[in-house]
Amino acid sequence: MPAQKDRWVSSLVFLLFCASSIPKCGSASLQQEPSPQHYFSSLETGKTSLAFFTPSVSPGAQPFLEQIESSAEALQDYGVSVVKVNCPKEDASRYCGKENALRKAFLFRGNRLIREFPTDALFDVNSIVANVLFALLFNEVKYVETLADLENIENVLKGKSNMVFAYVPATGTAEHRAVMEAAFVYGTIHQFVLTTEAALLKATSHDDPDVSSAWLLFCHCQQATEPAQPCRRTALAQPLTLLNIHRHLKLMGAPLVTEVAEDPEKISTVHLQLGLPLVFILSQKETYEADRRTAEFVAWQLLGKAGVALLSRDLVELNVLQRSNVALKTPDEGMPIQYLVLEDTDEVITLVEDKNKVKQIQEDEQEEEDEDEKENNNQDIQDDQVVEAVSRDKKRELPLEQILVLTEENFHSSLSEAARTVVLFYASWEAVSLAVLRSYCEVAAQLKGTPGVLLSRVNCWDWPGLCSQENVTQFPTIRIYKEGQQSVTYGGMWGTEELSSFILLSQVSCPLKLATMDEAEGYLRGEFPPELSSHHHTSLLGVFSSATSKAREAFEEAGNILSGHVRMGMYFEDDALALSQKYSVAPPALLLARGGGRSVEGITLSKHSVQDMVQMIRYELLDIFPEITVPNLPQYLQLGKPFLILFSAGDISQVESKEMLKLAKGRTQQSFVACWLNLKKTPVGYGILRTYFSTTPPLPVLLWVNLHAGGQVFKFPSEQSISEMNILSWLEKLQAGLEIPSSTLSEEDWKPPLPAYDFLQMMEPALPELSPHPGDTPAQHPPRSPGGDTAGGDSATREEPSRESTAEEGGAPGRGLRGTAPRLAARDKQGRRHSEL
Amino acid sequence: LGLALYASSLCAVSGATFLYHDYCVIGAGPAGLQAAYFLQQAGRDYVVFERSHAPGSFFALYPRHRKLISINKQYTGKSNSEFNLRHDWNSLLSHDRRLLFRRYSRDFFPNADTMVRYLEDFASLLKLRVQYNTAIIHVTLEKNEQAWNGHYFLLTDQDRKNYKCSCLLVAAGTWVPNVVNFPGSEYVEGYETVSINPEDFAGQTVLILGRGNSAFETAENILGVTNFIHMVSRSRVRLSWATHYVGDLRAINNGLLDTYQLKSLDGLLEGDLEDLAIVKDKKGKLHITLRFYLENRNISAGIDSITLPQDELDNFATRAPYDRVIRCLGWKFDFSIYNRSLRMMPGKGNIKKYPQIKPNYESKGTRGLFVLGTASHSVDFRKSAGGFIHGFRYTTRAVHRLLENRHHGVPWPSTVYPITQLTNSIIKRVNEASGLYQMFSVLADIILLRENATAFEYLEEYPTGVLAELEMQTGRKARSGLFVIIMEYGRNFSGADKDVFYYNRAVGEAQHAWQSNFLHPVIYYYKQLPTEREMKLRPPDWPLPRPNAIHHIVEDFLTDWTAPNAHILPLRRFLENCLSTDLRNFFAESCFLFAFTHQKLPPSCQQGYVGMQGLVGSPELRQHAVQAGLLQDYTHTDFLGDRPPDSHHGSQEQWMRDHGIPVRPLQHLVNAKDE
Repeated sequence: MPAQKDRWVSSLVFLLFCASSIPKCGSASLQQEPSPQHYFSSLETGKTSLAFFTPSVSPGAQPFLEQIESSAEALQDYGVSVVKVNCPKEDASRYCGKENALRKAFLFRGNRLIREFPTDALFDVNSIVANVLFALLFNEVKYVETLADLENIENVLKGKSNMVFAYVPATGTAEHRAVMEAAFVYGTIHQFVLTTEAALLKATSHDDPDVSSAWLLFCHCQQATEPAQPCRRTALAQPLTLLNIHRHLKLMGAPLVTEVAEDPEKISTVHLQLGLPLVFILSQKETYEADRRTAEFVAWQLLGKAGVALLSRDLVELNVLQRSNVALKTPDEGMPIQYLVLEDTDEVITLVEDKNKVKQIQEDEQEEEDEDEKENNNQDIQDDQVVEAVSRDKKRELPLEQILVLTEENFHSSLSEAARTVVLFYASWEAVSLAVLRSYCEVAAQLKGTPGVLLSRVNCWDWPGLCSQENVTQFPTIRIYKEGQQSVTYGGMWGTEELSSFILLSQVSCPLKLATMDEAEGYLRGEFPPELSSHHHTSLLGVFSSATSKAREAFEEAGNILSGHVRMGMYFEDDALALSQKYSVAPPALLLARGGGRSVEGITLSKHSVQDMVQMIRYELLDIFPEITVPNLPQYLQLGKPFLILFSAGDISQVESKEMLKLAKGRTQQSFVACWLNLKKTPVGYGILRTYFSTTPPLPVLLWVNLHAGGQVFKFPSEQSISEMNILSWLEKLQAGLEIPSSTLSEEDWKPPLPAYDFLQMMEPALPELSPHPGDTPAQHPPRSPGGDTAGGDSATREEPSRESTAEEGGAPGRGLRGTAPRLAARDKQGRRHSEL
Repeated sequence: LGLALYASSLCAVSGATFLYHDYCVIGAGPAGLQAAYFLQQAGRDYVVFERSHAPGSFFALYPRHRKLISINKQYTGKSNSEFNLRHDWNSLLSHDRRLLFRRYSRDFFPNADTMVRYLEDFASLLKLRVQYNTAIIHVTLEKNEQAWNGHYFLLTDQDRKNYKCSCLLVAAGTWVPNVVNFPGSEYVEGYETVSINPEDFAGQTVLILGRGNSAFETAENILGVTNFIHMVSRSRVRLSWATHYVGDLRAINNGLLDTYQLKSLDGLLEGDLEDLAIVKDKKGKLHITLRFYLENRNISAGIDSITLPQDELDNFATRAPYDRVIRCLGWKFDFSIYNRSLRMMPGKGNIKKYPQIKPNYESKGTRGLFVLGTASHSVDFRKSAGGFIHGFRYTTRAVHRLLENRHHGVPWPSTVYPITQLTNSIIKRVNEASGLYQMFSVLADIILLRENATAFEYLEEYPTGVLAELEMQTGRKARSGLFVIIMEYGRNFSGADKDVFYYNRAVGEAQHAWQSNFLHPVIYYYKQLPTEREMKLRPPDWPLPRPNAIHHIVEDFLTDWTAPNAHILPLRRFLENCLSTDLRNFFAESCFLFAFTHQKLPPSCQQGYVGMQGLVGSPELRQHAVQAGLLQDYTHTDFLGDRPPDSHHGSQEQWMRDHGIPVRPLQHLVNAKDE
């Protein structure tokens, strides 16, 4: 940039030299003339000189002399030589003799006196140059005092030449000098008009001008044809310096809109040379006229600030977005041309006047569009983890050969073939079904060879009649059909293990009737029946004396409900009492043999309703200090209690386990669920910790989580050891509200993850009858003539005319740029269509 | 039982001359038998009166050339019986799989005799109570406040036997041939009696009046042996593939259009038959003239005195004399048997051949009188399939359900599902339901939301026209908003003069689904049940008033709307936004995380996982979900170096890029035919 500035400055200087009639190089300095006679004799015709006469010794004029001397160089550029004439003492001629003449300077052209200046008007270089040039350019620069004078000049100039009108607060100022210097160069091209009348400035300016600063207007009178209309004016926005005026006049002289038909990268105009940006309006054949008007409108707005060029896209191969409509080339070298999508002319003007602002606009738009795009893209990107996982897995062939396909034809016959038929009812298009089908395949592989169990499936998409006949309304559904018995619907987790366990447990009846004491003992040890020996879950044995048939009936009914989920046996032989007494209970009683330890616990059955019994059994099956896993959490969630949960990186230590167990057992009527989580086994626990603490805290960590009320999470102080005592005192403090929660569970509702397509809104413009107020539609949307419709009824054809009309309107000043074709093409993205194949 | 006792006692009181039934059905055609089937299934007291000795007497005579134009598709590539009914236009609805038409005929366009045989089997196998040889010749009302509808219907047969019913179902069809009266119409032969032997037309010149399928069927039969055939009708030909209305001219009959356009002597003309006149010359040739010329003249004066159009206009189109003129103008409803008190009025305009009925198929004049079958076509004339077996078998069922609710307190059958099944239940129905498909825009599935949108009730195939009366008509409550699911063709796509083969007629992208042209599912969401007034003020050509939100499932070439991304995903988003909830499915692991980190759970976790039915998912699936960035894998997480938790989106894109998988791999195929 600076380099460029130098370049044009030097060109200006060169220009000035050319303009001055004396191309004189080298340093100019004050000429000394020994005497007036000598001076006058040396005056050449046509040569201008500024002379002052000074007595040989006159110390009083010394400061003035200094200014004169320093202005000599400046005046030399305009062919004015400054001469100091020494008045001999005895000389009493016109210039030397009178006292007051010595206080003046005289301007001569040849030997003709043009003007005499009092030395107090020549107080500095600026005033000297300004006044001298003002005097010299008496014809070129008109001085006006009234608006009428100005208008007269303007009217005379109309259609002929342009006018430069300058206001300076006072003559002899730097601004005045600048105007005069410019007039010296351009005075023959434009008519210069000068005033010092503040009133005149006010009359010519729209808003309240600052009368203390100079003002320059370029009046485009050459183009003005309307006599009544004042000439269009372009003010110089910068301070009045010679450089700025020169630039301004150069710019005013440049064509308003440059039409280009080559690569914008190669284009250079006056504007770029003068360090101003160049705005390209990208046009197309279809919209050329409108674009041209737009360009002219913009150019007037930007006159003096930037150049405007009209670029035909049809002629130039542009590797830019089709919808770009404006390009900006800055004078900075190496800066690439910016291609932009702007909405109206104001944006173009802002683009030039405030680049940052435009950047903002563009970024905003970009963001907006990005958002739009993102929105659109996201909207059709699958965000359902199950659906997405299943569709990614659809190419994998499932090992379905173990699973019998049932149809309407073979369903009933197949059921009678095996003792137990497991049926998966699913829909081949439904993701959850297909996910379960995958687990079901694994189950089939696990249970391969198990006698008496047949795994099968019914695709309800193929056989809806069968599914509705079997009263299957939801997918997936798994049922076990046993010969001669009611089918059992699976109600557990859709996991391989849970399903296998269910199918295995379903092999024996529930409850299993045990015939002998040995069987009962074996059952409690987990050895009987042999089919279930591999199953290490808690065994339940109901012991009844024959008298307690009501309890037994309820127990049997509960068994039906819990079938497949719980291992249940019952014993009601004569020696039932003996069996129960072994575990110090009296029938009706429940004996529980827990999974690992095989310790047997006896519970007296006091409630005899089926519902109570089911609930009691479920409750009794829960562990006292369970390891929480993904599949078993729901059972504990149902208790509706807060969780005291120990997160451990692996197995918990014996000490912790013991202390926690003590704590858990300590209170019979627990008010919380004491449990632990093995992060190795349940890595999603890390996700929980990270949600609570943002990073994983040192492990193990004991937390109190109010899952159901309030959602506060409290962290047991890590510096304390996990012992029953410590925990209890912590819990007391906690209950007393003395602890601060580390985190709170999010209360957020589960809102739609993304918006839907708003078809109603999309339909409205095309279907006026849809508008909410049918009464006032005709006015807003004239009904389309029935015959005018093409068969397609395609909105593309319908919108054609409106596009043309906007393009035309684009020509009116201030109209949006939307009229340009690329913009429209981008806006009205048509529905993508394809013929059906 | 109490009702039956009451009814029989009434019989006794009013005398032995009346045989009482709760329901009387007139006509044992397809609609009558269909109604009988539902009444029988419901255990109702009913009887069907049939004037002939066997069911389907219309089909015993018509179509004269015996080829049914209702398709009988043997194979669809699917075993889904409900879906297959979409392409079986002849079967009636029943639980008996023997009674599928494809078991009766292998012809795509079966013979009418097969239909007669089928209807006989339908009546006998299902043991429907049909009283044959009973022609009802008079129907009147007997006021009685105790009666269901404030009156009984008294029916008299040809033997003056009387019957009394609480509810009358008229399934008599339209069987009275339309005739026009103009000078010389006595020379016109009727479709019902014209010879069907092409030999009889050899070397003859034939004029056919009418432009329906019967007219073209007649022409088709004799096309090869006649000199030429001309067809005259008031309106221009309406091609069913352009109008999407099966009652318009079907391609199977349009041979004459082909020869007309190929200048093979046959031709079509437009003109008002009322202006026509026919004069016979001495040779027995029939000349066409205009009624105008005959005014103030006596035809018997002889042909020579009559002005023929060609005398003035010597290139008059039908100046050539004809050997035969055949009338094929269709049929109308027999209004004659109804007493004036029943106010059975013909419709206005182009539906004057049908009696006036309400959108619930009840007569406008008489409460308790329902019109079924072809005669009920005024509800959807020239729109849907209500005048044809494959349409009215569903509307008949709808009427039966309305009656069950009205008279027996049996609410409209419905199933209650948890909200997690919402998307599935819609997808299931739009993919297989035949009633929605055949009776597009007339029958709708209704989803009634329960409070808090945790559950919903699904009602199938309810008539859209009586949506406002839903609560009263079905006995179900619509308190918390409802979805209405119907099928629609694109607006402006169908029409007699429309080019339905234009380029880019099909929409491929879900976001432009509302511009779909071919039959596709549309779901309307209403926060409240629309009122009568709103139904009345609905936009013209709209089956329903303006909804609170609408969703179109983009048309599909295979009519298979099960694509996870193009069909199900946008639907789910629509439903989510209507209900303001998150209907995504989650693996158990995600639910586990939510249970510990959120106070509320998404419906799929709440109703599935917490209810012990969590979706554990196989390791492969979970791996896929992790790769998709939709599930976080914590297994390999180190304890301290935390990944930013919001890297989901990025990781997904990254993964896709790494694997070179574009988001929509078929995009280029979809867009290939752009422009």
